[in-house]
Amino acid sequence: MAGKPKLHYTKGRGKMESIRWLLAAAGVEFEEEYVETKEDLEKLRNDGALLFQQVPMVEIDGMKMVQTRAILSYIAGKHNLYGKDLRERALIDMYVEGTTDLMGMIMFLPFQPPEAKEKNFALIIERATTRYFPVYEKVLKEHSQQFLVGNQFSWADVHLLEAILMAEECKPDILSPFPQLQAFKGRISNIPTIKKFLQPGSQRKSPADDKHVAQVKKIFNI
Amino acid sequence: MSGKPKLTYPNGRGRMESIRWLLAAAGVEFEEEFLETREQYQKLIKDGALLFDQVPLVEIDGMKMVQTRAILSYIAAKYNLYGKDLKERAFIDMYVEGTADLMGMIITFVFTPPQERNLALIIERATTRYFPVYEKVLKQHGQEFLVGNRFSWADVQLLEAILMVEEKEPTVLSKFPVLQAFKARISNIPTIKKFLQPGSQRKPPPDDQYVATVMAIFKKD
Repeated sequence: MAGKPKLHYTKGRGKMESIRWLLAAAGVEFEEEYVETKEDLEKLRNDGALLFQQVPMVEIDGMKMVQTRAILSYIAGKHNLYGKDLRERALIDMYVEGTTDLMGMIMFLPFQPPEAKEKNFALIIERATTRYFPVYEKVLKEHSQQFLVGNQFSWADVHLLEAILMAEECKPDILSPFPQLQAFKGRISNIPTIKKFLQPGSQRKSPADDKHVAQVKKIFNI
Repeated sequence: MSGKPKLTYPNGRGRMESIRWLLAAAGVEFEEEFLETREQYQKLIKDGALLFDQVPLVEIDGMKMVQTRAILSYIAAKYNLYGKDLKERAFIDMYVEGTADLMGMIITFVFTPPQERNLALIIERATTRYFPVYEKVLKQHGQEFLVGNRFSWADVQLLEAILMVEEKEPTVLSKFPVLQAFKARISNIPTIKKFLQPGSQRKPPPDDQYVATVMAIFKKD
């Protein structure tokens, strides 16, 4: 029987956070089971629950889905957040791959050796402000619609907002050269499902602190 | 005027190779422009041809597509290699993400400093994490193809991954009889067979010259 999707991951952002965002944006309630120890991970593996022995894993519609992009694509497709045709889907895919690359850099920062952190932090700021944000700023400016693709709310908008907020946690004034993105941020944050997810008490997770980093390293033998 | 898709990338496998495979499998003829110098690359950026200043770039149907997965998904859907519904697409996506992770280890291998390279890990992942999954999938449903009893992107990418790992360890399929049969079957599909023949647009494994060219173009340190 199809109940709520059930997410299996650590109690932190990591690769699962974009999935939480997308489900929340789609107004889909979900449950979470947290991997807190190595034993928790081993149990999932031994039960045959993880196709490639990895999390994220999302139980949804009778499937045990793994691989972040596969899961996100399925949710987007199922909840009409993937454009109206193949071309819109192509644009959405391109845009989310860009924000994925940016957020990936930020996600890995706490796991970098201390001597590399400063360099990588500077690279994140550079990439955000010269490679990624200018693209979305331009897209929004050129068509001057509310949303990135097809004049309709999509996965691309959710992902961009997530990336913006994550980048702002690194550097609070990072959007200062990007007026379109500032307006976009205001607009998308006010969508009721998103607004709810941004409120305290939602299933949105906090940035990784030292304790969480230590736990993750232990669970995954990093 | 939109004619054949046009691929822009260095003259080697890298991230473009899966795209070459998929177009070839779909029977789609394509053109290639090879990046050979940093100046060429910078010109592409200056001309605004690269959305995120990166290649692969595929000009297709009036779009300048970037981001490997976006390009592959588009081609798969356009040429009916993406399953018949959302669930089949979900399985194809999961399977190709697995093979992409495995091939990603091999792609980055030649760009890793020799003392950090770990071929044993690649073979271990292939034989304990990835190949057993596809062996089991095929064994359990007993069908010719991975998903939905029909040729799809997942089959193309699995064959590509098998051949790539075999180049590193020729006996890697010895414990996987179902994959051995799969390999032979898919290799014999006419479009694939053609792509596997000498003179096709399939690229050879990277050599030192390719690595040097890529480092020079992208100034990888």
